[in-house]
Amino acid sequence: MKKIQTIIRKEWAEVFKNRLVLFTVAFLPLILTALPLITLALTKSYAGDLSSSMNTGSTEFFGDMCNGLSEADCTAVYMLNLYTLMFMILPVAIPVTIAAYSIVGEKTARSLEPLLATPISTGELLVGKMIAACVPAVAVTWLAFLIYAISARFMVNAAVFAEAMKPMWWLAIFVVSPLLTLLAVSVAVMVSSRVTDPRVAEQLSALVILPLILLVVGQSVGLILINEQIILLIGVLVAIADAVLVYLSVKLFQREAILTRWK
Amino acid sequence: MIKTENLTKKFGDNLAVDRLTLEIGEGEVFGFLGPNGAGKTTTVRMLTSLIAPTGGTAVVNGYQVGRDDYDIRRTVGILTETPGLYDRLSAWRNLTIFATLYEVADVPGQVEKYLRMLGLWERRNDEAGTFSKGMRQKLAIARALLHEPRILFLDEPTSGLDPEAAKLVRDFIEELKSEGRTIFICTHNLDEADRLCDRVAVFKTRLRVVDTTKGLRQQMYGRQVVFHLAETAVPFVTAVQDQPYLRRVEAVDNKLVIALDDPETYNPYLIRQLVEAGANIQFVGELRHSLEDIYLQLVNQA
Ligand SMILES: Nc1ncnc2c1ncn2[C@@H]1O[C@H](COP(=O)(O)OP(=O)(O)OP(=O)(O)O)[C@@H](O)[C@H]1O
Ligand SMILES: [Mg+2]
Repeated sequence: MKKIQTIIRKEWAEVFKNRLVLFTVAFLPLILTALPLITLALTKSYAGDLSSSMNTGSTEFFGDMCNGLSEADCTAVYMLNLYTLMFMILPVAIPVTIAAYSIVGEKTARSLEPLLATPISTGELLVGKMIAACVPAVAVTWLAFLIYAISARFMVNAAVFAEAMKPMWWLAIFVVSPLLTLLAVSVAVMVSSRVTDPRVAEQLSALVILPLILLVVGQSVGLILINEQIILLIGVLVAIADAVLVYLSVKLFQREAILTRWK
Repeated sequence: MIKTENLTKKFGDNLAVDRLTLEIGEGEVFGFLGPNGAGKTTTVRMLTSLIAPTGGTAVVNGYQVGRDDYDIRRTVGILTETPGLYDRLSAWRNLTIFATLYEVADVPGQVEKYLRMLGLWERRNDEAGTFSKGMRQKLAIARALLHEPRILFLDEPTSGLDPEAAKLVRDFIEELKSEGRTIFICTHNLDEADRLCDRVAVFKTRLRVVDTTKGLRQQMYGRQVVFHLAETAVPFVTAVQDQPYLRRVEAVDNKLVIALDDPETYNPYLIRQLVEAGANIQFVGELRHSLEDIYLQLVNQA
């Protein structure tokens, strides 16, 4: 445990000395907090226009979701849900750079050899690296989401707010989202332990994670109309995938190959 | 302390270390000499459980390589070929991380001890990236010592250091030696090996020879005594030539070079004989071949 903690602290000390990396961690959440609030403010003033421009098809589309809400309110709920969904997958994008760099970065900096010469187990090393990458992304996302939720409370009416902040969404943000983040991070760490160039690691991780995100997004757009069970199901599936990936990344980590491979 | 038997490492088809058999005792300072690409770093990596041998066995500190890797890593110290510090972190931080990973009980105490010992205490809060090459090397040496290993592997500890920094590191190694630690040093610096090491190995994929430096000299050249004369030495060859205890006599200008097994016993006779033959002896000395001569000859043998 102490060794994992040491790795985490070391990673953070290094990462947060790098302003640019810090910027990438903070930038997306900032945008994503501001964006919905701005659109909400705008929609509010145009609400009338918006609802009148909706055709009947879309009213049916919203039908299930907006039990008893006006069309304008329903649109607002829809939009809020869309944003919450974005918050759910936001932390997936943030830590990829850090995670992709984690192993191959140490290799190119030559610090991997002294590190592997210490009595640290592969599991401790990788788990430390993964936690170090996940936690800031998830924390900053939660913070952004809370700011967003609180501000939204003042911008929409109580009915809309209640509908948009159903427990299902809290589940999505506070449980499914971290699990998804771990999924992306474990993939990136795995990639990082198999390449020889940090740039390749980053590109490749993005390439692997992108379809994953798309899959989740594709599934989740439907979710807005559906229910808690599906979110739970996704949560369970992602948790299982996480367990498998973390296990594999430790199992497939070949100390010697990583240390001596040069192409 | 360290015992290898037919230790072998192949990278694909490339044989890096070929059936290395060695035994190094407790408290010994052992020099591992060899040209670039000889397999020194590869050997150190095997003995510190960083890479696995493809053949043979090795026991370090009573632990078997390949089986007790955790215990080996826990009990040996290694100065890697490149320091590999965390440049963005302070010297203090760099050492604290490793002290914790090495399961040191008193982390701040040990970190302070070695920072002071290596003269880095004043710079402890500076980022390692701002250090000079010599300071980086010293920090890396400190990192290898935090857990007080009884066996220390140093891969080219003084390469690239200026003479003063190199001397500092050498003195420090002497100090470690006096604490009874076993030290395995890879080096190209023959003078350093000559001064520091109890025994040296000349190695190039295969082990060429292992001995004390004194033993190596004797083994390769026997012992030689030089008589510096006031006149040309050629006429005096015949005067001593027939003595049974001589191996070889050679005249070079004013010098008479004589190879013999036991100069302490026979030099007085030789001197008397030369004086009786009319030689004016200015100096008598033992001819010492540099370790470099020995090394080059061994390495260049097929
Ligand atoms: N990862 C690797 N893959 C393939 N061959 C390797 C690898 N590492 C080392 N070798 C080969 O093994 C041999 C020994 O290399 P090693 O680094 O052990 O030499 P060395 O004695 O430490 O040399 P130097 O004095 O230059 O540090 C070399 O021929 C080298 O090319
Ligand atoms: Mg080397």
